[in-house]
Amino acid sequence: MPPELLRMIITAVLVVAFVFLNAMILGYMERKVSAHIQRRPGLMEVGPHGVLQLIVDGLKLIGKQLVVPEGASPFLFRLAPLLSFVPCVLPFVVIPFSRKLQAVSMDVSLIYILAMTSINVIAILVAGWASNNKYSLFGTFRSVAQAVSYEIPMLLSLLSVILITSTFSLKGIIEAQKYYWFILIQPVAFIIYFISGLAETNRAPFDMPEAESELTAGFHTEYSGMGFSFFFLAEYANMFTVCSIATILFLGGWKGIPLPLGDYTGIVWFLLKVYGLLFVMIWVRWTYPRVRFDQLMTFCWKYLIPFSLANLLITAVVVKII
Amino acid sequence: METATVTNGASIELEPAVDIPSSCNHYYLNMGPQHPSTHGVLRVLLEMDGEYVVEAQPVLGYGHRMHEKMAEHKTWMAFMPNTGRMDYAAALPYNHGYVSLFERLCGIEVPARAEYIRVITSELNRIVSHHLWLGAFLLDLGAFTPILYTFDDREQVLDILEDVTGSRLTYCYYRVGGVCKDIDDKFVERTRAFIKRQRERFKVYNELVTGNIIFLKRVEGVGIITPEMARRYGVTGPVLRGSGIAYDIRKAEPYSVYDKFDFEIPVGKTGDSLDRYLVRLEEMEQSLRIIEQALDQLPEGPYLGKVPKKLKLPTGDSSFAVEAARGELTYYLVSGGGDIPYRLKIRVPSYSNLSVLPELGKGLLIADLVAAMGSLDLVIPEIDR
Repeated sequence: MPPELLRMIITAVLVVAFVFLNAMILGYMERKVSAHIQRRPGLMEVGPHGVLQLIVDGLKLIGKQLVVPEGASPFLFRLAPLLSFVPCVLPFVVIPFSRKLQAVSMDVSLIYILAMTSINVIAILVAGWASNNKYSLFGTFRSVAQAVSYEIPMLLSLLSVILITSTFSLKGIIEAQKYYWFILIQPVAFIIYFISGLAETNRAPFDMPEAESELTAGFHTEYSGMGFSFFFLAEYANMFTVCSIATILFLGGWKGIPLPLGDYTGIVWFLLKVYGLLFVMIWVRWTYPRVRFDQLMTFCWKYLIPFSLANLLITAVVVKII
Repeated sequence: METATVTNGASIELEPAVDIPSSCNHYYLNMGPQHPSTHGVLRVLLEMDGEYVVEAQPVLGYGHRMHEKMAEHKTWMAFMPNTGRMDYAAALPYNHGYVSLFERLCGIEVPARAEYIRVITSELNRIVSHHLWLGAFLLDLGAFTPILYTFDDREQVLDILEDVTGSRLTYCYYRVGGVCKDIDDKFVERTRAFIKRQRERFKVYNELVTGNIIFLKRVEGVGIITPEMARRYGVTGPVLRGSGIAYDIRKAEPYSVYDKFDFEIPVGKTGDSLDRYLVRLEEMEQSLRIIEQALDQLPEGPYLGKVPKKLKLPTGDSSFAVEAARGELTYYLVSGGGDIPYRLKIRVPSYSNLSVLPELGKGLLIADLVAAMGSLDLVIPEIDR
């Protein structure tokens, strides 16, 4: 076997394994954090403090039947979960977990990640359309409008960092934060990025596509079993990707105080930062009510986009002068 | 008349909606009877234009249990437990209205202590009901956490009520001539502790919810019920008071010993969902005040008066109104003698409050409809009964 092929296989296995592991950690974290926010113990039954609960849940979901509703398009209905899941796995290939731990080093890795995460919208569109359910369709309308709108401030805020580093390579961006993290010089961009990230991943308070008090479960109303769990995995994988971009661009990626762990120091810091941001995401979700859809769009077009444009302009001027 | 066929084969008539060209892309959306925010088995048939509601038509009857018919086939005493099963969220005012009706009809004296116990437990029950509403309303708005907080507080009251009434939800505690069990010092002590705790908790609610900008944007100016509109539909309770009309049976025609307490009727200004929210929060505070005063004044004496073994109803009709947690509750009884009523009509507040919905819902976004409906505080088993 040629070493290149072996490398690819190992990468693929590790990445998919990490996606599943991440979903389990996040699923456990979400349920535990929400429980403590709500002053209840949360998972306690399976394993010590319920750590094995997610494995049991996963088995249960695998064992369940994927019911294709009457009048649905069977092919598209089955395709949508995969279409949602696969593009969410691919960004993990280029994420630099530490100085040496990056499967593929690309010059345009940032653009690659953003392109991959955008495909998720199509999956939601397909899922909502194929379900033959009005609530699903509702969720789809909302989701597509929301994702397309919020992509603009997200990209604009990232662009102001790119102007400073003049590279799209994630490694290059981390190396550029030698003396300080970019959050210090680009706080506005970070805040805009994080808010857009919440909207991109359909997290509360922007969880329009699955606003269950209005739309029961939005685009995945009709999905059960593994169909549902692929959407679930994709959501958590997406959250991780969004937070890892934030970590890389604004929080210095793997950089941190040296620990006596050799090469692993980088991973520890990287994961700490990412899961810290994920914790904030969960915290926000379980604290705030949901915004209304038109308010969500107004917020994006009237506030986020002008602010991110202004920020970009100022950054460009400053970079030019310096 | 347009007819919409529904999944179970039945068809219901819809009023023709205003100026919709036939080529328009309107569609029907079934909200309920199984839907996370219709709380119970309410079904609202929506005619939608995109995300906007053109026509909202409540469809009732999924939880109908023929309570009124049952009243015509049982002795009046045997119907007593049914009164606790209409509005499961605040059952004691239902008990209260029912026994008071017979006390008035048969001229039975109620000992003062019993009246005080009734007021205390009824007001506790009102607080419980508002706890439930507060959590569920915020859940409708997408805030998951407050319901756990309010249920925590609700639990405290339910424990207190359980000790004295024997049940936690569907009470049957009052009797004609008094109550079935006396309260003790432990009850008084626990209630006082609860009042103290609840006052602290209001601060938590306000910090978590009332000042939140997302919450304010969702409820301010949403689902406005004008005083004129409220009158037209016979809306009562906190919904009416949210529209700025200070009408409360406890003040308007005081029953029991409510005239002995000093409390205020909170009213709103514009009649939007926010006003109804604030009115209910203030009402909880006022209920605490009533309970405090009642505990201070609590007289000694018997808790159950002298009642004849076999109570014969005189011929005639009688009605009695109380302020339930959702508004005016009236029992109207027609008796032809004997101990089985000829007819018992129950006027429930939620029914009138729900009847506003078609007019209220016109032109709202679906998210706003959910908010407006949540602020009406509907309990469907009470409507269907």
